[in-house]
Amino acid sequence: MKHTETFSAEHRAFLKKRRLRLALVWTLRIGLLLGLLILWELSTRLGWADPFLTSSPSRIAQTIASLYEEGTLFYHIGTTLWETAVGFAAATVLGCTVALALWWSDLLHRVLEPYIVVLNALPKIALGPLIIIWFGTGSEAIVFMTVIVGLIVVIMHMLTAFLAADPGKVLLLRSMGASKFQILKKLVIPSSLASFISMLKVAVGMSWIGSIMGEYIVSRAGLGYLIVYGGQVFKLDLVLSATCILALLAAVMYFLIALLEKLLVKNAES
Amino acid sequence: MKDTILSFEDVKLIYHTVRGETVATEGLTFSVEEGEFVAIIGPSGCGKSTLLSLAAGLLTPSEGTVVRRGSVGYMLQRDELFPWRTIEKNLFLPLEVKKKLTPDAKRRARALAEKYGLGDFLQSYPAQLSGGMRQRAALIRTLAAEPDVLLLDEPFSALDYQTRLNVTQDVSEIIRSEGKTALLITHDISEAISLADRVIVLTGRPARVAHVHTLDFGAVTDPLRRRENGQFSGWFELLWKELNA
Ligand SMILES: Nc1ncnc2c1ncn2[C@@H]1O[C@H](COP(=O)(O)OP(=O)(O)OP(=O)(O)O)[C@@H](O)[C@H]1O
Ligand SMILES: [Mg+2]
Repeated sequence: MKHTETFSAEHRAFLKKRRLRLALVWTLRIGLLLGLLILWELSTRLGWADPFLTSSPSRIAQTIASLYEEGTLFYHIGTTLWETAVGFAAATVLGCTVALALWWSDLLHRVLEPYIVVLNALPKIALGPLIIIWFGTGSEAIVFMTVIVGLIVVIMHMLTAFLAADPGKVLLLRSMGASKFQILKKLVIPSSLASFISMLKVAVGMSWIGSIMGEYIVSRAGLGYLIVYGGQVFKLDLVLSATCILALLAAVMYFLIALLEKLLVKNAES
Repeated sequence: MKDTILSFEDVKLIYHTVRGETVATEGLTFSVEEGEFVAIIGPSGCGKSTLLSLAAGLLTPSEGTVVRRGSVGYMLQRDELFPWRTIEKNLFLPLEVKKKLTPDAKRRARALAEKYGLGDFLQSYPAQLSGGMRQRAALIRTLAAEPDVLLLDEPFSALDYQTRLNVTQDVSEIIRSEGKTALLITHDISEAISLADRVIVLTGRPARVAHVHTLDFGAVTDPLRRRENGQFSGWFELLWKELNA
């Protein structure tokens, strides 16, 4: 960062304007959230809406507090988080490995292509009954669901990235006598870094879909379980509490990846 | 006089695709002597790049033989510098691939960069360099592995005219002073005349040798001086006619 005094007056004005603009954006963002929460709360207090159907921020806070007092809050959060994280990690590792294998062997790629297309199009929820029968009703079933929801997306995303390696650079490496493994290591993998990160962002979203979907089908714990259970017994407070926590967790996981992106990109340039 | 470093003997190459086959070269015979700078010109699509791939051993001839003594260094139309590597790391790339990245080789690569004006940019990324600088870096990368023959596939054609004249000047100087053997593909007649000792004119596809000319500019190797030379326009006219025959 250069010192401000070396800048022209016009540039300083420009910088100031940008800072003000940024402040405005953040004020409006937070204002919007607060405004909605207040409106929500007021509408139930003033009798415009039935809190039995819409719940309210204060009731959500109470529900979360009582879950905490019962000691089950972190149990449910932990269960879902664990299932999502394991499923996400497994889908990523497995998906990248398969994509590498498909990049390596054109024959394998050709043979498996239609299967991948069909598996991608298949609504994974259709596998629900099978999963219950195979894996029971524990966490394994949900992790499995999470993996299959994310896996194909990871494979397709990474394979596209691997195959997009610049043919000119491949030719150059081949002219240097590079082996296939060297082409992979020196060109294909490094040039797929940006795609890898965008894939992670997509895969995180898919993992949440997988784990919550899994918990809808079978489960005795987790945020998805709370949502389904709350729906069945008409406790909208519980449904919305779990949904809010889920939104928060999804946001945190997304930002963690954004952070990883910054780290990786920085590392790649130093 | 000198040793033959690369020779094509009655070379035929066929590309096969589902739609059919393309004969890219047929009955192609020529050779390159050590230390020589040979330019090859030919109509577009006649099979020039194919010829270089054959010379580099990336393609195997369908018929005939390609004999190469020593290693080759390839330089392409685009610089093909890896954007995530610094210039220095880019220069090391062929050494890494050939598993010859010794401290000595590193020192030599750095010295080449210093000598040819890239010393201050070793820690920069390719995106921070101008097009001309990048192409120069690409040449030094090629030289870093100390190839016996340089294969240049229209290395200047992606540059704008001004940069192109300058880079041609640089590259000529570098190749001459390093005493390298070079085979340059181009479709720019004046580039061929200003750089080469010998010009080979190819026919349309399938590529065959149509004419060979030894350019007698005496000791003048500087491209700009050649362009000012009285013989230049004579050669240009002749090659132009042969290329458009
Ligand atoms: N991999 C390939 N498969 C099939 N045909 C090819 C392949 N590469 C080149 N060809 C064909 O072979 C012919 C010669 O191609 P080549 O690239 O060697 O020509 P060129 O003289 O370098 O062309 P340009 O002037 O465009 O650089 C062209 O007709 C091209 O379409
Ligand atoms: Mg070409």
